Amino acid sequence: MTIDVAARVPGPRMDNQDPALFGQTPSQTVGPFFHYGLPWKGGADLVGKSDMGARADLFPAENYVLNLSSPTGTPAGEAIEIAGRVIDGAGELVVDAMIEIWQANAAGRYHSVDDTREDVPIDPHFIGFGRSSTSAEGEYRFRTVRPGPVPGPGGTMQAPHIAMSVFGRGLIKRLATRLYFADGDGNADDPVLAQVSAGRRQTLIAQAVDGVWRLDIVLQGLDETVFFDL
Amino acid sequence: MTKIVGYRREDAGAPPSAFADYGSTGLRAPTEPLVRIPPTLTETTGPAGCWDRLTGPAAADLTTQHAGMPQGQRIIVAGRVLDEDGRPVPDTVMEIWQANAAGRYIHARDQWDAPQDPNFTGAGRVVTDADGGYRFVTVRPGAYPWGNHRNAWRPAHIHLSLLGPAFATRLVTQLYFPDDPLIEIDPIANAVPMPYRQRMVCRLDMDVTTPNWALGYRFDVVLKGRDQTPFEDDHHDD
Ligand SMILES: [Fe+3]
Repeated sequence: MTIDVAARVPGPRMDNQDPALFGQTPSQTVGPFFHYGLPWKGGADLVGKSDMGARADLFPAENYVLNLSSPTGTPAGEAIEIAGRVIDGAGELVVDAMIEIWQANAAGRYHSVDDTREDVPIDPHFIGFGRSSTSAEGEYRFRTVRPGPVPGPGGTMQAPHIAMSVFGRGLIKRLATRLYFADGDGNADDPVLAQVSAGRRQTLIAQAVDGVWRLDIVLQGLDETVFFDL
Repeated sequence: MTKIVGYRREDAGAPPSAFADYGSTGLRAPTEPLVRIPPTLTETTGPAGCWDRLTGPAAADLTTQHAGMPQGQRIIVAGRVLDEDGRPVPDTVMEIWQANAAGRYIHARDQWDAPQDPNFTGAGRVVTDADGGYRFVTVRPGAYPWGNHRNAWRPAHIHLSLLGPAFATRLVTQLYFPDDPLIEIDPIANAVPMPYRQRMVCRLDMDVTTPNWALGYRFDVVLKGRDQTPFEDDHHDD
């Protein structure tokens, strides 16, 4: 053949193999159709064996290829529920969002090799990562344990908190925020809350309502949730 | 006292949250500036290494999940997950979802009347090896129309979701195909400025291609890297 594929030296091309372009892969929206690809059954239940988190009503059962959560045991600590609505700039409920959480266990230890503290125990039954689709009513909901406090910068302690990521159609980038507890020890001295103006701090603080810690996520407008530059 | 080394913040290729041409950002993108916070253990840790407990066993072949072969052109997508310093990110999960060859999602809310394929779901998962390498088999997805503006069509794309080592490295992106003329008129891809938009375009690679079986495309994913300067986690003397 006349085309020697092996010997051909390709010219520079504008794609992600061009060394001149090397750098962070840009973020793109999850779009509206992620439900059969990301939020698995039980993904929002970090304590028990329910199917919380998935929206199996949005695709045929035979197309369910996701994990089925299989907890190894009951994690230590106080089991809690956290829930809230996701609300857009017109006050409408966002029914096609996905929330992820990442948190320490009840002792304040992250299930991660990058948490190198040996004096705070890992809980073998608790990873601390979860996913919840918003429901047809625009609500996320997780069952988890109340996290312990974890160290902050400069010898500070961070008040108990849960890191949250918000994804959805119209969100080109993941939005990062946190949930704190209204009665949490150390909220007043928390080094991250300290970066937030006093008038907006309440957008990060969940309130106990009928036994559920509730925190709405307002994407835009009055009472807009504080989102972080990590 | 523990020393925290944070991750770098987004680079020049990052899209804005609000992008007028992509209509859905209008009521959803935050209007307040992001609040910059110092890196803490919360941001520098993540569920790395727990991927199988969380998201299940690997499903690297999207063409063998049903009784028969799906319609369309079988392709291989392979590459590496790296950090900004070019170091491999091993043992990290990449979740995959996409439309079928006709551009139709299995999702109930996808109302386009292109045909469903009984042999294709379009969801999978792979985990990177020690060199950050990954590989999956699928069919090339079709372009599909959407309601953003008159005669709007998404370029063919595969949705990818990566956890990376830490909360700070979480990434959801879309892979596009080379020489697709729809990319340059797509509002979602265009939210990323040139030339960085091309970081989302894979390359036809004859080394990934398997003779007489499937064309191969190479796509590396680059996650945020560690900050060069450790964040001093103790009080300064001054
Ligand atoms: Fe899509």
